[in-house]
Amino acid sequence: MSTTIETTSLLRFATAGSVDDGKSTLVGRLLHDSKSVLSDQLEAVEHASRKRGQDVPDLALLTDGLRAEREQGITIDVAYRYFATPKRRFILADTPGHVQYTRNMVTGASTAELAVVLVDARNGVVEQTRRHAAVAALLRVPHVVLAVNKMDLTDYAEPVFAAIAAEFTAYAASLGIGDITAIPISALAGDNVVEPSAHMDWYGGPTLLEHLETVQVAGASGDEPARFPVQYVIRPQSGEFRDYRGYAGQLASGVLRTGDTVTVLPSGRTTTVAGIDVLGSDTGIAFAPQSVTVRLSEDIDISRGDLIASGPVAPATKDIEATVCHLHERPLRAGDKVLLKHTTRTVRALVKEISYRIDIDSLEQRTGSQELNVNDIGHVVLRTAEPLALDDYTANRRTGSFLLIDPADGTTLTAGMAGGTLGTAVAAIPDAFEEDWV
Amino acid sequence: MTTATTQAPLTGSGNAFTLSHLDALEAESVHIFREVAGEFERPVILFSGGKDSIVMLHLALKAFWPAQVPFELLHVDTGHNFPEVIEYRDRTVEKHNLRLHVAHVQDFIDDGRLRERPDGTRNPLQTVPLLDAIEKGKFDAVFGGGRRDEEKARAKERVFSLRDEFGAWDPRRQRPELWSLYNGKHAVGEHVRVFPLSNWTELDVWQYIERENIELPQIYYAHERDVFARDGMWLTAGEWGGPKETETVQRRLIRYRTVGDMSCTGAVDSDAATIGDVITEIAASRLTERGATRADDKMSEAAMEDRKREGYF
Repeated sequence: MSTTIETTSLLRFATAGSVDDGKSTLVGRLLHDSKSVLSDQLEAVEHASRKRGQDVPDLALLTDGLRAEREQGITIDVAYRYFATPKRRFILADTPGHVQYTRNMVTGASTAELAVVLVDARNGVVEQTRRHAAVAALLRVPHVVLAVNKMDLTDYAEPVFAAIAAEFTAYAASLGIGDITAIPISALAGDNVVEPSAHMDWYGGPTLLEHLETVQVAGASGDEPARFPVQYVIRPQSGEFRDYRGYAGQLASGVLRTGDTVTVLPSGRTTTVAGIDVLGSDTGIAFAPQSVTVRLSEDIDISRGDLIASGPVAPATKDIEATVCHLHERPLRAGDKVLLKHTTRTVRALVKEISYRIDIDSLEQRTGSQELNVNDIGHVVLRTAEPLALDDYTANRRTGSFLLIDPADGTTLTAGMAGGTLGTAVAAIPDAFEEDWV
Repeated sequence: MTTATTQAPLTGSGNAFTLSHLDALEAESVHIFREVAGEFERPVILFSGGKDSIVMLHLALKAFWPAQVPFELLHVDTGHNFPEVIEYRDRTVEKHNLRLHVAHVQDFIDDGRLRERPDGTRNPLQTVPLLDAIEKGKFDAVFGGGRRDEEKARAKERVFSLRDEFGAWDPRRQRPELWSLYNGKHAVGEHVRVFPLSNWTELDVWQYIERENIELPQIYYAHERDVFARDGMWLTAGEWGGPKETETVQRRLIRYRTVGDMSCTGAVDSDAATIGDVITEIAASRLTERGATRADDKMSEAAMEDRKREGYF
C-alpha cells in the first residue's frame, strides 16, 4: 500500500508581496512547475487569457478565483492552495498585496510555519518589505524566506542580491525572526523556484521548493508544558461505556501521558491523567496538535472552556494586555464592550484602554488615539468578566491568541496576541527559537 | 469503532513528536466537529453517500467515540441518484443508528416551486430544497464536504461560512479566520456552513479511505456500465433523460470520481478496481476531479461562485 506518501509531513506557509512584485506569478510558477496544475485548469486559464486578448496564459488567473478579482485584476482575499511533492504536502495561504495587506497577511500568517516575503530585485528592501517582516515577527512565524524576485531584470547580478539579502537579514534579525533564508529567483523565467537557475552559478543554496521541502517543522516537545483546552465533554451514559467521562480537545502544546499530574484552570484543582484515547483507542500518550480525549482519575467538575495543563501555569486572570490587529471597518474604541474568544471559551470583555497604535513601517508607538481602525496594529488593555488561562503569545501561539467579537451581530473585529508589544516580543525570544538556526 | 487504525506518529527526532500529514488533517477536522458540537444548537451533516460525506461521517464518528455522533443527517435527493449510492446511504444510517432527513427535488417540481430545466440537469435545482430543509429543520450549522482544492471559488471559502437568511454567500463579507479560532456567532435565521475537509485534497481523501479501510459505494471502483458520450463525458443511461436519439449507448469499463446527480456527473474510463489502484490513477491523472466529471461547472467561468452566492454548497 502507499505507505511512502502517507508518512509525508505537512507544511503550512504564507506568501506576502506587494502588487507588482510578481507574487501571483510566483505562486502560479510554484504550482505549475511542481506539476500541481492539471490540464483542465491550464486549459481554463488559456481560454480566459485568450478572451482577455492575452497571448500567453496568465498564471495569475490560476489563483484569482472570484469574478470581481478577475474583472479588476486584483486579489481580494486570502485564498488557500494545495500542492504536494513526494517529500511533503503544502497548504499555501496566498495573501493579497493591495491596501488591505495587514489584515490579510495577519490572517495568513496566523497558521503559517513559514512566510515567503517577496521583493523586486530592482527596488530592494522597501517599506512594504519591512511591514511584511514585522507582521511575520509579530505573529511569531518561525521561518522566513526572502525571495529576491526579477533577478532576470538585474542581469542575475550577485552583488544586487547580496546587498538586499544583507539588509533584510539584519532588519529581520532585529525583529527577532530566528530563521531567515534568502533566495534569488525569477518567477517569470522560472529561476530557482522549482528548478535550479542556469544563470546564477554564484548561488549555492536551495531552490525555493527545495527549501520548502526540507525546512524543519517544529514538532511537539516533552519539554514544553502541556496545554489542553477542553472542547466537549463525552459521556455516552449507555452500554459498556456507561461510566465513561472524557474531555475532548486538541492539544495546544506539549505532551500528555497517563499518570501525569495536571492542573485544571480556572479552578486550579490538581489531579492525574487516568487515560488518553486517540480517536478510539487508549494510547496512553498524546502530543500537540493531536485531537484526543483525556480521562482524569478524579470526578471533578470540568466543562467546555476549561484548560487542563501540566507544568508551570500562570493563575487565570481577568486583566489582559495584548497586541492586536484590527480586522474590521468598524473601529475598536476604548470603552467598547465585546466578546472575547480564547481557545474554547468565549467571555464578555471591556476595552479599557487603547494604549497606542504601532506604526508598522517605523515600529514607533503612536499614543493619543482612542480607537483602532481597520488594518491598525496596536496595544490594548482588556478586562474580562471571567478569568482566562492565557499564556503569553510569545510562548504559545495557540493559548496566547484570541478574537474580539461584536456582541451585537457576531462580527469578528480584532485578532489579539496576549502579552508584550512587538518591541518587547522581539526582546523575549524563547530558547526553542534559537534551535531553528541551521 | 469498528475500524482499527494504526496510528504510528510517535517517530520524532530526539524528544520531538511530529504528525504525518493525514494525522494532522484528521486532528484539525475532529477539532472542527467538536467546536460545532460545543457551540451550536442544531447542527446537521449533509450526507449524499459520496466519498467526501462518507469521510466526514467517519471523522465525526471518531470525534465523539465512544458516544453517539450528536448530529443528524440531511440529504437533498435530486431524484436522479445512483441506486447503489442510495442503498449505501440507507445502510449507513441504520448501521450507526442515525437520523436522516431527505429533501426531494421532485416534490418541489411536482408542486410547482421548481421547474425542470431544458437540459434535464437537476444539480442546480438543489439549492431551493436545501434552504427549505435548513429553515424547516431550524438547523444553525450545516456540515458540507466541500474542499478548497475542488474549484477556485471554493479556495476562498472559510471553514465557518456565515450565510444570511437567504442562504447566500458573500465572498466580500467573509469573516477572517485566524489560528484555529472559529467564530460561529450568527443571528436568528442565519446559519453557518461548516467545511471540516477544507484543507484536504482529493488524494488526501483517498489515502485516508485506504488507511481507515472505509467502505464506499461500488461506483467508485471500475465496473462495466451502460454509458453514452455527452460534452466529452461518459454519462449513465437512465430514466432521467439520457440518452437522446443522437446519442448511442455502449458498455464500458468505467468508474466515478465524484457522485452527484446522474444527469451531470460523468464517469472516467478506468480499470482501477481497488483503493490502491484508484490512488495510483489519481496521482497520475492530468485532470482535476471536477474538471473530469462535472458538467455543471463548465457552464461558465464563475458557475460555482454564482451558485454559491445563491446558497448552494
